[in-house]
Amino acid sequence: MSDASSELANIHEILGGKILQSMQAQGDDVVILDRAGLRESFRVLKEQLNFNFLSDITAVDYWQKKEPRFEVVYQIVSLTEQRRLRVRVAVPENDPTVDSLTPLWRGANFLEREVWDLYGIRFTDHPDLRRILLYDEFQGHPLRKDYPVNLCQPRVPERHVEGTFVDERSHNKLLRLKKSLGIKN
Amino acid sequence: MKADNPELPSEIMELQMGPSHPATHGTIKFNLKLDGERVVECDVEVGFLHRGFDKSCEQATWTQVIPYTDRLNYASSLINNVGYALAVEKLIGAETPARCQYIRVIISELARLFDHLTCCGMAASELGAITVGFYMIEARELITRIIENLTGARLTVTYVRIGGVKHDLPEDFAERVGAAFSTIRRLLADCDHLLSRNRIFLDRMSNVGVISQEAALSYSLTGPILRATGVNYDIRKAFPYLVYDQLDFEVPLGSRGDNYDRFLCRLGEIVQSMKIVEQALKQLPVGPVWIDDPRFVLPEKEKVYGSIEGLMHHFKIIMEGIHVPAGETYFAVEGGNGELGFYIVSDGGGKPYRLRVRPPCFIAMGAFAEMIKGHMIADIIPTFGMINMIGGECDR
Repeated sequence: MSDASSELANIHEILGGKILQSMQAQGDDVVILDRAGLRESFRVLKEQLNFNFLSDITAVDYWQKKEPRFEVVYQIVSLTEQRRLRVRVAVPENDPTVDSLTPLWRGANFLEREVWDLYGIRFTDHPDLRRILLYDEFQGHPLRKDYPVNLCQPRVPERHVEGTFVDERSHNKLLRLKKSLGIKN
Repeated sequence: MKADNPELPSEIMELQMGPSHPATHGTIKFNLKLDGERVVECDVEVGFLHRGFDKSCEQATWTQVIPYTDRLNYASSLINNVGYALAVEKLIGAETPARCQYIRVIISELARLFDHLTCCGMAASELGAITVGFYMIEARELITRIIENLTGARLTVTYVRIGGVKHDLPEDFAERVGAAFSTIRRLLADCDHLLSRNRIFLDRMSNVGVISQEAALSYSLTGPILRATGVNYDIRKAFPYLVYDQLDFEVPLGSRGDNYDRFLCRLGEIVQSMKIVEQALKQLPVGPVWIDDPRFVLPEKEKVYGSIEGLMHHFKIIMEGIHVPAGETYFAVEGGNGELGFYIVSDGGGKPYRLRVRPPCFIAMGAFAEMIKGHMIADIIPTFGMINMIGGECDR
């Protein structure tokens, strides 16, 4: 344990003012970083402190529990020293943006898209911030705590894809079917 | 854009492969840009099996989440159970008895065998080696029967509980495992002879889907895909959990990072997993399989039906759920496809406030475009096969 806390002190020394708080929970090292200049802080963590592997990015919504509302959580690993570090960044509701880590780790691409999709937190300078698990027409961000569990989404009209090959005979078949059933149009 | 070969001028063609394609086992869509048969650009669309795992877990008690975890990677549901239970136990601060830990190691390795046999068998049969596919399915069936005999279910097992396992191993478990393993070893030797030096198989697998060590780390790849590039990162060795540090096993590594290395890594891991199970069965201590803590463990049925305290105790645990102290934690186990992590946040109530799974194959699909770029369209099949994407885990 003393070794781990000395490691935290080491991180403190190098990152300095960027750390808002650091703690140990169930044997994990946790630091809460400042949202400003986040990418540079991660660059320091990666290049100077050897946390070379990004394990996971996710978010938590503390709606009506905590201010600021959101927290983006990063799990990073140092493969050389076999240590883990959890980084948390508080994100306010009125400006849900965080620096994207795609310049540092290409794997951040999918993970950040997922957080955007489910929480509506934007990642600045992300190359391709689209929804990933849900469809483009989906309204809202379902993992927010104020999104009701049983909310129904409207039906989405069929997407017209340019250049799609459609066999006209299939239309005729449908028309015949409708005619035989007595359905108009 | 102009094609490479000036004699055969061709345009870039857009092709949508999937989401329901007979050669990709799983619903996934590739939006391809092709130059002839060569893939210029690949955009992977996932999410067709999204069912709101995280949101559902927030509605269920801590114990009710266990069946949901079965449905993540249904080829290795026992590992998901174990990973989730360990994450919650880490937050509680409980340690299960030695026998329970050994049982959890045994079932994890059985699930890994199941996962790797599925992956390799399916990948081989998609390349036309249908015999190997059948041999591996036969081997997998033997594992399934052991799991069925143990848990009562073949895929969605729900065997592990927070603080223990559902019940102890059956009496003839070791004999059953021994008999199954000797058959599996014979089948694997056959598969090895049929494939590992097979010209057709090698042509389709080697130097296809290559990813460099640097790119693999940058893409956060784990499991056999990362180890095929030569990075020795196995959670069982790097961050030992349960009793893995007391067992003797090796981590098979590759060197090139292509599909063939991934295949060999998985085959190697099958052998190692059987070794681990045999060792663990030999060392298996006698004792309880549950922690001794009434806050998390259901009372015995005689107490439930025989005393009001027992009945209330049972009722409270079932209706309110066990109370996990407020806090957050992250715990990762080595799943079939890589680092399977659970990040849980508790607000002290009977339900998880937030439950996040780090899905290894979702992250691997993020690197798929890089792997397939410049290869032929037919190479998508073995590359996708060796990633072993499982829709339940990828899309959650």
